[in-house]
Amino acid sequence: MSAIEIIEEFGLMPDSDKLQLLLEYSENLPEVPAKYGDNPELMERVEECQAPVFIAVEGDANAVELYFSAPREAPTTRGFASVLHAALNGKTAKEITELDDDFPGKLGLEKLISPLRVRGMRGMLFRIKRKTKELLDS
Amino acid sequence: MSEQEKISQYSSPEALVTTEWLTENLDNVTVVESNEDILLYDTGHIPGAVKLDWHTELNDQVRRDYLDGGNFAKLMRSKGISRDDTIVLYGDKSNWWAAYAFWVFKLFGHEDVRLLDGGRMKWIAEGRELTTEKPTRAEGLYPEVVRKDDEIRAFRDDIAKHQPSPIIDIRSPQEYTGERLHMPDYPNEGAARAGHIPSAKNVPWGKLVQEDGSFKALEELRAILFEETGSDPKDKFITYCRIGERSSLTWFALKYLVGVKDVRNYDGSWTEWGNLVGVPIAQGEAPGVFA
Repeated sequence: MSAIEIIEEFGLMPDSDKLQLLLEYSENLPEVPAKYGDNPELMERVEECQAPVFIAVEGDANAVELYFSAPREAPTTRGFASVLHAALNGKTAKEITELDDDFPGKLGLEKLISPLRVRGMRGMLFRIKRKTKELLDS
Repeated sequence: MSEQEKISQYSSPEALVTTEWLTENLDNVTVVESNEDILLYDTGHIPGAVKLDWHTELNDQVRRDYLDGGNFAKLMRSKGISRDDTIVLYGDKSNWWAAYAFWVFKLFGHEDVRLLDGGRMKWIAEGRELTTEKPTRAEGLYPEVVRKDDEIRAFRDDIAKHQPSPIIDIRSPQEYTGERLHMPDYPNEGAARAGHIPSAKNVPWGKLVQEDGSFKALEELRAILFEETGSDPKDKFITYCRIGERSSLTWFALKYLVGVKDVRNYDGSWTEWGNLVGVPIAQGEAPGVFA
């Protein structure tokens, strides 16, 4: 999936089904590999989110791998993480850093779940972009 | 001390129920789940529970205010809630948002509202039943009632008039001192200045609850809320936090557990006070003087 396809996917849904779609994303968030599961300090905490969520960025400019860890009791945060994973995992560093900063706003969720909650996803995207740039510089 | 004994010591024991009590009385009450996380209910909830979302349902979507009487009545009817229902509220995060919803129900004078001690976390920790099945409820009977803000809601102009009565700031010590503008891990909800309302005492909400999310016993609560703040149960209190949700939990404890008669929640809280032009602010650990 690309970010554009995900925006279309949410856009085609009636409002009443958008939350269900986000819930499905949350259920499909891949588990983090054991090295992160056992050592969360290797990941970066996203402070903009209301639930503890950690991200890690690996790989190289041609294929960036993203890892997210968020508790089961925070499905909205897991949903955001899973949407970003679907949109960006395995993409090139250029694709990630050039993604529209307003991608979270384009999913049409702000009215349904409040702009404040969506802000957590903006924080995640911001950090993914920064960590991707750091990856290129290292 | 059993949980029931603990509750029976509070000033209004009928306002708090145990998970055990709720299990036995599920058929006789209307259970309402109010969470910070808007999808959490859909992953599993107490059988029969109705979902209520603070952000998107209890707020007016244009003004920064709660619903008016007409819209609250509409909301209640659509959820199958009637005016004479016994409401039991519970939620995530040690009941922050459940206590917030409790307070809003009281703005509309709903008579019988109770909080589930320990909330969602304790219910799940005890392995009690959850379901993803959504209840189908007939439309409720709910009259249009006028929202009454005077008794339990404080506005910005009430703060100066309230002096020298106690104000309790529920935020983290770092938010109180002004070291940071928002809770660690939380988004900045946009305050221009950091610190606290001068004279306010800092009692982080977490001090009131035990590890399982349930409230501490009466004597401990009295020590934290009165002795440590140098105030008296006969005082009038105002509570606030960032947007009024954590402070609803402390408002609840003051009013229903330790028996303060006059306590109001200032829902404008720091996202209003920290942006107001010309109002006094104190920084650092000392409460400071309101001038």
